Amino acid sequence: MSTLIAAALVVIAIVAGAAGGWQARGHRRRPAALPSREGGRRILLPFAGMSISRRALEAAVRLAIAEDATIMPAYLARVPRTLPLDVALPQQCLRAMPLLEAIEQRAANKGVRVDSRIGRGRTYRDALRSVLDAEHVDRVIVSATSDSRTGLDAGDLHWLLEKVPAEVLILRPDPDDRRAVTAGSVSGHF
Amino acid sequence: MPAPPDDIGAVARRGHYTIFLGMAAGVGKTYRMLQEGHAELEAGRDVVVGLLETHGREGTAAVAEGLPVVPRRRVAYRDNLLEEMDLPGVLVRAPEVCLVDELAHTNAPGVEHVKRYEDIEDLRAAGIDVLSTVNVQHLESLNDQVAELSGVRVRETVPDSILNWADEVVLIDLSPETLLDRLRAGKIYPPQRIEASLNGFFRIENLAALREVALRQVAAEVEAKRLTTEFVGTREESMASETGQAVGERLLALVEPYAGSQRLVRRAWRSSQRLGAELDLLWVAPPGRAPSEEQERALGALRQLASALGSTLLVESGDDVATTVAEVARRRGTTYIQLGRSRPARGPARLRIPLPQRLMEALPGVDVRIVADRSNRHERTP
Repeated sequence: MSTLIAAALVVIAIVAGAAGGWQARGHRRRPAALPSREGGRRILLPFAGMSISRRALEAAVRLAIAEDATIMPAYLARVPRTLPLDVALPQQCLRAMPLLEAIEQRAANKGVRVDSRIGRGRTYRDALRSVLDAEHVDRVIVSATSDSRTGLDAGDLHWLLEKVPAEVLILRPDPDDRRAVTAGSVSGHF
Repeated sequence: MPAPPDDIGAVARRGHYTIFLGMAAGVGKTYRMLQEGHAELEAGRDVVVGLLETHGREGTAAVAEGLPVVPRRRVAYRDNLLEEMDLPGVLVRAPEVCLVDELAHTNAPGVEHVKRYEDIEDLRAAGIDVLSTVNVQHLESLNDQVAELSGVRVRETVPDSILNWADEVVLIDLSPETLLDRLRAGKIYPPQRIEASLNGFFRIENLAALREVALRQVAAEVEAKRLTTEFVGTREESMASETGQAVGERLLALVEPYAGSQRLVRRAWRSSQRLGAELDLLWVAPPGRAPSEEQERALGALRQLASALGSTLLVESGDDVATTVAEVARRRGTTYIQLGRSRPARGPARLRIPLPQRLMEALPGVDVRIVADRSNRHERTP
């Protein structure tokens, strides 16, 4: 009798296993490295131009580790007024993609989750607004600059402090610290 | 009744096609085309100007003097009389060489062809050699790129394959500084347009970028022709195979709606840049299951990314990933598939054939590439 029960259990186990395998058929490409938790706190790291301040990235990584948060680097792309906002931006993508890759590699080395974005607008502030409209973020980290061609200027930072319902961390520019993450920081071929 | 042998010979020889390519108006494409026309004329060949646009430039008009011209024809359109190249007139005149300016031009409705480059094909089919001109921003694949650089969207575009059809592509290169000097000297536009041009399209950074685009395009063209000639054989055989083998790649990247997919997209985009390929992104969604809030958000981000990259995000519902991917790949003319590393299979799933292998079996001739997860590589100090 016990042999029969054992045999029945084995058959049930095989059938259940096969059914499970059938159910999962065809949808098995999700990588092993999938982060266990994609929700939670989010730290936005907006940047523009050819590089991002190392200090800003390091600050974001430290905070993300401390808060178990996801870093959201957002490349701010300016679209000429003569073109529709949803136009393809191959030229700016040539700058943005290696930078996003470099940021992701650095963050991943520290075990921090990354969820990148590209924001588009007529100005950097517009582009940042489009990202903030689409995403909930808990914190924004920006590097102050006096050059409006390379990123958010004083007016943009003021706007950020006033309008954005998130903690805003503005890093004071350090004249001696010119360290930056650039496209050249990508590890391996990209 | 079969045509006499001489006629067969005359019709069978397609006209030689030379395109003068430039980065912007005013670099001297038309000027150079006219100089070549004179050289042909002096060599004793029968040369005509099929169509010339001098844009009021005295220097261009001066160099055109002495070349026979087939008068333009007038085409009535609504209440206007438009002037176009007289294609039937040129064909009847049957010169050995015909100069046709601005090949991206759209013809007035009612004539033989919609686009001037199609007129040129008729001339070549009649055995007439053609010299023509085009600016790089008129090439379809570069239209987005040039629009982004210059802020000006060009409406009259031509397929990139135009350059493949040409026997010779001659780049008319000029430094941005020299071009600006020409503009300021009134050699390109009349005085009332100079200021606006300097503040708009003719900014030095635009011109430098356009010059780079033009140089790259010609370099890619040379490379594509070299590859095609090496692999296919003669020039005629190359043309017969539509030259697409060297340049007609299309890449399909398999994505899923989660943050990590962006990395795969970036890698796929980089590959597509190197291959000169169009890029499609595909998510095979499980049927009958709505995406979660997290997936919706990730899909939104992927859409934004795809749009900025100029690629297309496709979402197809399918029970079996390999079958669905194969269907999409056939439909889109994919030549290259990129996918991420699969999660190690467990239990009975180990017995199943892995996805890359199934794709290779379902899509013979399509390359399948598995993108490594580089997230744990050692960082490098810049």
